Amino acid sequence: MTAVAERNEAPEAKAEEVPSFQVTMRIARFDPDSDKGHRWEDFTVTMHGTDRVLDALHEIKWHLDGSLTFRRSCAHGVCGSDAMRINGRNRLACKTLLKDLNIDKPITVEPIKGLPVEKDLIVDMEPFFDSYREVMPFLVAKGQEPSRERLQSAEQRERFDDTTKCILCAACTSSCPVFWTDGQYFGPAAIVNAHRFIFDSRDDAGEQRLEILNSKEGVWRCRTTFNCSEACPRGIQVTKAIAEVKQAVIRGRV
Amino acid sequence: MATNTSSNSPTAIPNPTTRYRRTGQRGINTEMLSWLFMRASGLLLVILVFGHLFVNLWLGLGVKGIDFAFVAGKWSSPFWQIWDLMMLWLGLIHGGNGVRTIINDYARGSTSRLVLKGLLYVAVVVTIVLGTLVIFTFDPCPAGAEPSLLPAICEG
Ligand code: HEM
Ligand code: SF4
Ligand code: FES
Repeated sequence: MTAVAERNEAPEAKAEEVPSFQVTMRIARFDPDSDKGHRWEDFTVTMHGTDRVLDALHEIKWHLDGSLTFRRSCAHGVCGSDAMRINGRNRLACKTLLKDLNIDKPITVEPIKGLPVEKDLIVDMEPFFDSYREVMPFLVAKGQEPSRERLQSAEQRERFDDTTKCILCAACTSSCPVFWTDGQYFGPAAIVNAHRFIFDSRDDAGEQRLEILNSKEGVWRCRTTFNCSEACPRGIQVTKAIAEVKQAVIRGRV
Repeated sequence: MATNTSSNSPTAIPNPTTRYRRTGQRGINTEMLSWLFMRASGLLLVILVFGHLFVNLWLGLGVKGIDFAFVAGKWSSPFWQIWDLMMLWLGLIHGGNGVRTIINDYARGSTSRLVLKGLLYVAVVVTIVLGTLVIFTFDPCPAGAEPSLLPAICEG
């Protein structure tokens, strides 16, 4: 327990000015070796006003229970690794400040829904990436390779600017009630990433993508519940992007 | 053989373009039709339903004016026959399609889906057929009926 000792020794005079508080994290634990399903476990930790849910999870993993399992990488809202259900809403643990939650009650943390849980907060993301791959999320350009850059006006870029921001965290897809019951549905994230190329003036495979999304498990599964737009940590107007793809399918062109 | 799609050998790497090769399903698709229908029929239903409520509950004597004779009077006009017919068909197909969606949402097993959808389709078809029959064959004063059972409008 040297880690604990080091922590206590470091006298962070400045950090003391940040208010600290006790908070209880109620975490859904799942042990793949037991067939009992998940169980809730409470951990009470002392955190600071500048701390995020991710810091509380670190505090638990590093000082209380090393078996707690979750994904994270960048810790700054860029990599999309740590989407989880915090107090019943999909958020990135690294972008959710504890002080913005009600710390008088335990904060519940669960894995995102609709994907198979592997351990604790980790889900199998493969089905999510499979549908992402199916919409061909890469530039497809026909004809002669240009001898200079593929130029694009500011307006042409603006057309799909919103959907370029996706970090593939799956917060949207795993907040969608249609996806919860129909795992075959492409899901909002795949449609967002199709949108990013469909409306890109440099891309020539828009029609093919529209055809893919016009299938039985495509855009028509969407019932406009707006859960995805609310869940997106990048503030992407996901439902709007889906509606634009629906429009494009009906018109048969971009 | 340039393409390498067989998965017999575990070491074979599938041709990366094959997974995106689509099956050629083109043009109109039933899910799109269903989606468009829900919007179009919803829009028409707003007009039909509120028109219906306005005429029945507001105009004239309002809600107190509704009786057997009121309905008989409306159905003697082809305009209201068509109005009610559209309301019947659109409402039932719209509602039926909506419930079909909900069954797809909630029924897990394929048997329960089949049974529930079977019941739904039967209910929709029976109600549409019976309703249509009533709208077009309705006669407030059937010939040879027991006079004491007939409404006042049939006298004379
Ligand atoms: C008054 C005018 C109406 C409008 C504008 C309207 C509009 C709509 C629309 C647009 C949808 C599709 C929702 C989606 O898939 O995103 C829908 C679904 C539905 N409608 Fe209507 N509707 C109307 C009347 C009715 C009536 C009279 C009934 C019942 C007979 C009904 C029953 C349903 C059901 C059961 C659904 C499925 C709900 C779901 O998808 O979760 N609607 N309606
Ligand atoms: S659209 Fe938003 S919520 Fe969905 S995967 Fe991308 S970043 Fe995450
Ligand atoms: S850890 Fe990278 S987005 Fe949160």
